[in-house]
Amino acid sequence: MGTDFWKRFSKNKIALAGSCVVILLFIVSVFAPMIAPYDPHEINLKLVLAPPSGSHLCGTDQLGRDVFSRMVWGSRISLKVGFVATGIAIVIGAILGAVAGYYGRWTDAVIMRFVDIMLCFPTFFLILAVIALLEPSIWNIMIIIGVTGWMGITRLVRADFTSLKERDFVLAARAIGASDFRIIFVHILPNAMASVLVAATLGVAGAILTESALSFLGIGVQPPTPSWGNILTAGKDNIDIAWWLSLYPGLAILITVLGYNLLGEGIRDSLDPRLK
Amino acid sequence: MLRYVIKRLISMVPLLIGITIVCFSVMHLAPGSPTDMETQMNPRASADYRERLNAMYDLDKPLYQQYLLWVGRIAVLDLGRSFSPDRRPVARKIIERLPITILINVLSMVLIFVIAIPIGVLSAVYKDSLFDKITGVFVFIGFAMPTFWLALLLMILFGIDLGWLPISGIRSLNYDYLPPGMVYLDVVKHLILPVALSAFGGLAGLSRYMRSNMLEVIRQDYIMTARAKGLSERTVIYKHALRNALLPVITILGLSVPGLIGGSVIFESIFAIPGMGQLFYMSVMARDYPVVMGILLIGAVLTLLGNLIADVSYAMADPRIRVS
Repeated sequence: MGTDFWKRFSKNKIALAGSCVVILLFIVSVFAPMIAPYDPHEINLKLVLAPPSGSHLCGTDQLGRDVFSRMVWGSRISLKVGFVATGIAIVIGAILGAVAGYYGRWTDAVIMRFVDIMLCFPTFFLILAVIALLEPSIWNIMIIIGVTGWMGITRLVRADFTSLKERDFVLAARAIGASDFRIIFVHILPNAMASVLVAATLGVAGAILTESALSFLGIGVQPPTPSWGNILTAGKDNIDIAWWLSLYPGLAILITVLGYNLLGEGIRDSLDPRLK
Repeated sequence: MLRYVIKRLISMVPLLIGITIVCFSVMHLAPGSPTDMETQMNPRASADYRERLNAMYDLDKPLYQQYLLWVGRIAVLDLGRSFSPDRRPVARKIIERLPITILINVLSMVLIFVIAIPIGVLSAVYKDSLFDKITGVFVFIGFAMPTFWLALLLMILFGIDLGWLPISGIRSLNYDYLPPGMVYLDVVKHLILPVALSAFGGLAGLSRYMRSNMLEVIRQDYIMTARAKGLSERTVIYKHALRNALLPVITILGLSVPGLIGGSVIFESIFAIPGMGQLFYMSVMARDYPVVMGILLIGAVLTLLGNLIADVSYAMADPRIRVS
């Protein structure tokens, strides 16, 4: 990933559009207290389910809380869940993929069989089953999404390792007496990071989608903590009277996920223009 | 062919064992024991009663024995009894609810194929055309769309504002009083939104996959040969290219099973459809572990079967697969 990458990246419209969205989201969640016009928890029973107006851009919810402010604060949840869950998936996926690809033979067979087994479970079922047993909290959600989402990354890293381990620089490292640990993590892994980066960007998008679906079903982030998913739950409960509760948070999810997907696609194209 | 099927069946065995081990481990993640529900809620439960209950559920035995006993029971489809007040066998509860879930999934699968394949083929044949660009944008949006949100919007539009479609359940309140012909129409109207939405989730992926397949095939030498011997462009594309590009789609059929089954939780709970997904959701909310574990297991086994069927039909369609 050198100057060539940045040159292509800065000319790639898809990548730039994605970056803009992602950067904007970072700004919104970092400066949430300054951007949100109201306290997201402030209940105003005189202004319950008020439609969008000049003072409440996206209307108010069933407790009279400002929906726009709740959405601004909700962006923090999405960001946190997206990154922590993907981080967990990458660590598990990269380690297992590296070990499987580097050692080959039965180590590889056992790990890849385990991947096959995990892929048999409808991911959403597995997540729900684990949540049924644990408490639905933001930390549990992040961990569960991460722990059920590493299989694709394992396959990618393994594929890279099986070809990279035959290269001369690995032989050279072994010749000067580097340990397996050092060869795997210092010499080979950095060379396999490119495909992981793309998968990770798309993974953040997937994690955000999953979190919002879980929160929507009431088994994700619990109220009163605002998340885009649980505002939509209120939207469903008031579906016949308050369309704004359904419209805006979903739009936020759509744009965010779109942003990460575009960024991932842009990185892929810029890494290897032949793949296009 | 038979040898291939047998080979695939044998390779399923370790996966099946793995699935049961994962299910069993997930089950034991639960803090406390499954009997807590009965003992803690019941002030009259004595220590003796608790022990007898533990013995009844084999909880006093070492873990590996518990696992073997559990596998022995699920092998004869005994998934235990639900914790809910009706105490009915889990297997029967699930089987009752399977048909509607399978119906919706099969219908949406058909819909996905009927729509996505022509889109993928046309956008590959007319690459970089306006049509290709528009479908490209549609695919990006489709990948990013939270389908439960789309469900809400369509419910508002068709259910509330326009009043064309019902938004909950699979039959109207006056279902029993409808004339025979109207009964089917009633069910169809209830199924339109759930089927359309669950199909939407798979559209983007398959049309993109079909497009790249088709682009790959068009580049092959045998297409050049077909063109060189003077076949019309129509025959080249729709006979020679399409057939080859369609082959790998069969595997997608198998791969999309877990996604569809998983998605049924969301759609069935939004539209109040009494299927397996809704049962799963309600059991998760009620901490009804035996039902949760039963459905988790069945979901995985259905996925495995989907993969097997896909692999076997792929091998039937493409003899090269059987050899390697």
